[in-house]
Amino acid sequence: MAKSTRRGFLKLAGVAAVGMGAKPVYDAFARRSAPEQPTPPAEALTAKRWAMVVDTRKCLREHGCTDCITTCHLVHNVPDFGNPKDEVKWVWKEQFEHGFPEQHNEFMSDDLRHKDVLLLCNHCDNPPCVRVCPTQATWKREADGIVMMDMHRCIGCRYCMAACPYGSRSFNWRDPRTHIAKIDEGFPTRTRGVVEKCNFCAERLVRGEIPACVEACKAKALAFGDLEDPESEVRDLLSRHFNIRRKPGLGTQPEVYYIV
Amino acid sequence: MLDKALSGSSRYWTWVIALMAIIGIGFVFWVQQMIEGLTITGLSRDVTWGLYIAQLTFFVGVAASAVMVVLPYYLHDYKEFGKLTILGEFLAIPAVIMCMAFVFVDMGQPIRIVNVFLHPSPTSPMFWDTVALFGYLVLNVVIAYVTFGAEKKGIAPPKWIKPIIILSIPWAVSIHTVTAFLYSGLPGRGFWLTAIMAPRFLASAFAGGPAILILLVLLVRKLTKFDPGLKPIFKLAEIVTYAMLVNVFFVLMEIFTVFYSQIPGHMDHFTFLYVGLDGNTTLVPWMWTSTILAAVALFLLLVPKLRRNEKVLPVACGSVIVSIWIDKGLGLMTGGFVPTPTHHVVSYVPTLPEIMITLMVYGVGALILTVLYKIAITEREIIEQVK
Repeated sequence: MAKSTRRGFLKLAGVAAVGMGAKPVYDAFARRSAPEQPTPPAEALTAKRWAMVVDTRKCLREHGCTDCITTCHLVHNVPDFGNPKDEVKWVWKEQFEHGFPEQHNEFMSDDLRHKDVLLLCNHCDNPPCVRVCPTQATWKREADGIVMMDMHRCIGCRYCMAACPYGSRSFNWRDPRTHIAKIDEGFPTRTRGVVEKCNFCAERLVRGEIPACVEACKAKALAFGDLEDPESEVRDLLSRHFNIRRKPGLGTQPEVYYIV
Repeated sequence: MLDKALSGSSRYWTWVIALMAIIGIGFVFWVQQMIEGLTITGLSRDVTWGLYIAQLTFFVGVAASAVMVVLPYYLHDYKEFGKLTILGEFLAIPAVIMCMAFVFVDMGQPIRIVNVFLHPSPTSPMFWDTVALFGYLVLNVVIAYVTFGAEKKGIAPPKWIKPIIILSIPWAVSIHTVTAFLYSGLPGRGFWLTAIMAPRFLASAFAGGPAILILLVLLVRKLTKFDPGLKPIFKLAEIVTYAMLVNVFFVLMEIFTVFYSQIPGHMDHFTFLYVGLDGNTTLVPWMWTSTILAAVALFLLLVPKLRRNEKVLPVACGSVIVSIWIDKGLGLMTGGFVPTPTHHVVSYVPTLPEIMITLMVYGVGALILTVLYKIAITEREIIEQVK
């Protein structure tokens, strides 16, 4: 008798556990409208669709310059482990033939082939990383199109890294805090085991500041602005110069444009 | 029921203690991983999934393959499989648990796993994979518990279990389909971007899973008084033969499409795996081992005299298992990531801690399997004695 009671209890407990798991799933599917967006402060820079234009011709003049990278990594507390295996990076330089493997032509000038181009998250209009995330820890902001990352929700499954066709995401394989030269109090440090990437300086935009890399570029090779605004600098540059995007054939609609 | 697993011969206990020792050693490395992070693995920014997720893929197949005994028995009333169904289901249960364990040890923040349920994401195949695997585990536990319980009492299983058993058949197909969708829906990974991924997964699963079951049943025949007979074993071997043929056929389909179209984004991955790319040949010996084993297995399986030879069949099954384990494991993982999106050719080699943690999960799976098989076989021996 005692035995069958215990068995009965265990069965009941099992059913109850499944039931408790079902509730949040039901809630998620039942959810109809997105939660309200907070109104940005008056000084904030706002846009309908943020985009960046990289003028690789200007960048060539400053060959060897890494101001944009250094500044970005400094203000975002990006650790430096000094090895490619643990590497975390938000913006970085890669030779043209690696940044644009499909644009590789046999008799391209060596200048262009080996030219360093700045790579970063493309803040795609149709981001595969967002589609695959099992916890919605990465999402696209409806208001301005920035692809954001919640490093408190991320479970560290790295599916987004497999999904990103640009290699724009990094994982904290080990504790990053021990390898940050000087912690900037203006931005949170991360914990081990989560994914991170460029956020188009969302934390600076809300304070009315342009992205750190754009500000740091002495050559003025980087432009940042609203694609939906016909008067914006980015729209002006794109209308006057031939420009390309990384892997446009994949349908991700990158929002980082390159003038070559 | 469980009490049957608590008494056994000294051989049984030696085996159980050996498994616990492997689990214990692996656990120490897992603690190290919890302290230092996934940096102790061979994974990197470029190859973000490796040995752990490779095992997930392989064992989802093993779990799904239970359907290869369930389907003939319940849908086609193939009586010979009667004694095997419970062994098939009892193989599926530890296989699913191993899958979950491999996801768990792969996560950067395992404690946050509840977020998958707190913030369900219907657009993510990983969310659906979790749902499908949990469901499949529940189905198999319920089915095994009810049918085995009835058999023990010498009565027919209750009627309500039949629809649940039927449901478990498409569900088995679904777990491996969704697992294939994890890979085949990603725009930037040419190696995985193939509609044949799910069919290929199923074919290799229906070859590899029953091959493991054959080895287990042959072992059970040798070590215990429980004997399901040779006839169902040879029938399983036929299933392995057909499935392995389909699997190899599918691989050749991939090779044709990729190398005849000659689109670099798809071709480079295969080149990296089978001949090496930019001087990097890390996986070439592995891939050719897999290919040769597949050829050996097919030869041994296709000749009826060899297939029905008790000495040869285990060799054929072993070849099938190792061939698929390489192809679906490290080949599928590293091949998908290399060359990288920025067209760099990098290497991935699992580290010792990574291998030990993998062995820990294997140990857990083997222990659960041992306990379940011990219960099933002891009960069967009692039934046979009564008869």
